[in-house]
Amino acid sequence: MEIQQLLYDLFFDYTLRTVALGSAILGIVSGALGSFAVLRKQSLLGDAISHAALPGIVLAFLITRSREPIVLILGALIAGWVATLFMLSIIRTTRIKDDSALGLVLSVFFGFGLMLLTFTQKLPDATQAGLDKFLFGQAATLLQRDVITMGIIGAIALLLLSAFWKEFKLITFDPEYAGSLGFPVRFLDVLLTTLLVIAIVLGLQTVGVVLMSAMIVAPAAAARQWTNHLNKMVVLGGLFGAIAGVSGTLISGSAEKLPTGPVIVLCMSIIVFFSMLIAPNRGLIWNWFRTQRNRKLLRIQAVLADLHTLALQHPNEERGHPIATLRSMNAHPEFVSLILNQLKEQGLVQELSKNAWALTQAGLAEAEQTFKKEA
Amino acid sequence: MMSLAQLEIQIIASLVAVACSLVGVFLILRRMAMMSDAISHTVLLGIVLAFFVTKSITSPLLLIGAALMGVLTVSLVELLNRTQLVREDTSIGLVFPALFSIAVILISRFAGDVHIDNDAVLLGELAFAPFNRVKLFGLDFGPEAYYSSGGILILNLLFVILFYKELKLATFDSALAATLGFAPTLIHYALMTLVSLTAVGSFNAVGSILVVAFMVAPPSAAYLLTDKLSRMILYSALIGIFSAVSGYWLANILDASIAGSMATMTGASFLTVYLFAPERGLFAQAKRRQNQRIEFALTMLTMHIANHTAAQEAELENEVVHLNEHLKWSPQFAMQIVGIAERMDLIQQKEGLLTLTEHGLKRANQEFNA
Repeated sequence: MEIQQLLYDLFFDYTLRTVALGSAILGIVSGALGSFAVLRKQSLLGDAISHAALPGIVLAFLITRSREPIVLILGALIAGWVATLFMLSIIRTTRIKDDSALGLVLSVFFGFGLMLLTFTQKLPDATQAGLDKFLFGQAATLLQRDVITMGIIGAIALLLLSAFWKEFKLITFDPEYAGSLGFPVRFLDVLLTTLLVIAIVLGLQTVGVVLMSAMIVAPAAAARQWTNHLNKMVVLGGLFGAIAGVSGTLISGSAEKLPTGPVIVLCMSIIVFFSMLIAPNRGLIWNWFRTQRNRKLLRIQAVLADLHTLALQHPNEERGHPIATLRSMNAHPEFVSLILNQLKEQGLVQELSKNAWALTQAGLAEAEQTFKKEA
Repeated sequence: MMSLAQLEIQIIASLVAVACSLVGVFLILRRMAMMSDAISHTVLLGIVLAFFVTKSITSPLLLIGAALMGVLTVSLVELLNRTQLVREDTSIGLVFPALFSIAVILISRFAGDVHIDNDAVLLGELAFAPFNRVKLFGLDFGPEAYYSSGGILILNLLFVILFYKELKLATFDSALAATLGFAPTLIHYALMTLVSLTAVGSFNAVGSILVVAFMVAPPSAAYLLTDKLSRMILYSALIGIFSAVSGYWLANILDASIAGSMATMTGASFLTVYLFAPERGLFAQAKRRQNQRIEFALTMLTMHIANHTAAQEAELENEVVHLNEHLKWSPQFAMQIVGIAERMDLIQQKEGLLTLTEHGLKRANQEFNA
């Protein structure tokens, strides 16, 4: 009943529909562009840029005295851009490492933005109200035209992404090769970073500065577990982002005092957690089974190898060897008799008389086959 | 005239600045600067959880809860790294927003009417620090923050002094430290615990963003000024104090956020050092490049002239106007270099023809034989 009501609201309640749509757009754009950021080892760049956008937002307001989203987004874009360039120039021209440059730019720009914001708030005209929703994000304040703006800008970003798909793919995985082919690597680099800045700025109003970084990193990190293909990863990243956006909106709409941004981030974290656990091939559970299987295989081979060695040492006699001998040769003596029985079932080992074990013809062939490769 | 409250605010901020510098230096040398960002956010969850247990906002348990959460953050990041499913920066980016989100949700659901809110934690309210005073037997022992920030400063100072050798070794050569039995992992976790404690103790007063600014910006500036660890700590503490005091007055003039202004001043200090540092600054680098360019050009000039003195082509080659053709120099650059070379007594000019002096010949020969 409650779920039906929620789904009903999702389509017919203005606020919920608007917020869910906005979060979905945000999830798609940040998931898709975040994939590139994560692959390019720029996971925390999103964190820095989202903080650095604040002074841009306030300055844009101070200069234009307008609270139009497009003006503020433009301001944030320029500030995020300046911050990124500043960071890259610090890394390139000094021995300061990238983590310090990130922390530096993040805290200083944010502090500067805070100073400007508090300065603005004390100006006589009070039209600045609402600028601070960018700090923590207030998804509930999203209006239909905000969502339309987000949709248009997001669509442009995704369009550019697909237009330069091949180039972006190349500079992500092999920038040197891209350079040697004559692609303008520097330009593409700046363009891709600009698109990332756009994705971040889009999300500030919904989830706020602090949590926006999660929207860049988490969908991509989850998507990475499921596939080794860039295009699948980008699509999955967008999908995960959208799922987290919509489900977070629904959950936060279902109860009092559940802020949307953090709930979206938690939904995203849960998706990441399960992806890391159950994704085929890379997932932890999958990995655990593989390790177990390999370990078992190695143990069996060890017994086979020992029997082979013994057979070589006694070339002209058909004789068996007691378990105690095999145990003394093995690193895991407790498994030896179990393994012997398994090998016997496979027809590789025979018990000649009581407690006298030897390889069968098939076992000998198998052992020679296996250990010849190593020699 | 400065009021007592104003002086107190500056002293508190300076204590925080020095405490942050002490751990910040090691954070940036160990490439863990972003860990300060992560920890300064997640300690909020520690505070909230400890608050639910103690029901008191002033209990010292809050500090312990926060410090534990800081260590938990570091462990979670390392746990994620060890799965090798994500890279280190990604694991930081996954862990701290999740923990921070939990904290924000808990606060808005259950602690709405108590005085912990995200704004206060993120942005700090230094202006109110002088109002919480320690009073014993009717005597005023100064603001509470003196003792919290001062205590953390002393703790950090003791740690750095007592384990200076170990810290140094673990930072610059962790493998050697492990071989010699200095337990770099233990040092690592001790440092992270102190970072958490510093973050908690400080952000009550200055907010988490300023903690990050104080932990990263002054040490980064100091890193450009010296190669010696002890000097780096000293410089970064001084830069921190300067940023704190000047930031306070900036906030005073603009009537703006104190924490924001101080963070701005740490950035301004860094920018100044970045531009003007004697050896590693941008201007010093540009100057060095310029000097190298001139030195190289002078050598080229002497070699060029030496090559062509004997031959008939001397007249064709050794005129100033021909240098742009043969050495691919612009006329202005050629004039400049010839001028410098004349002043340095490497060449002389007769009717537009350049010849080497004894000194210049020596330089050219030196280069030929090199």
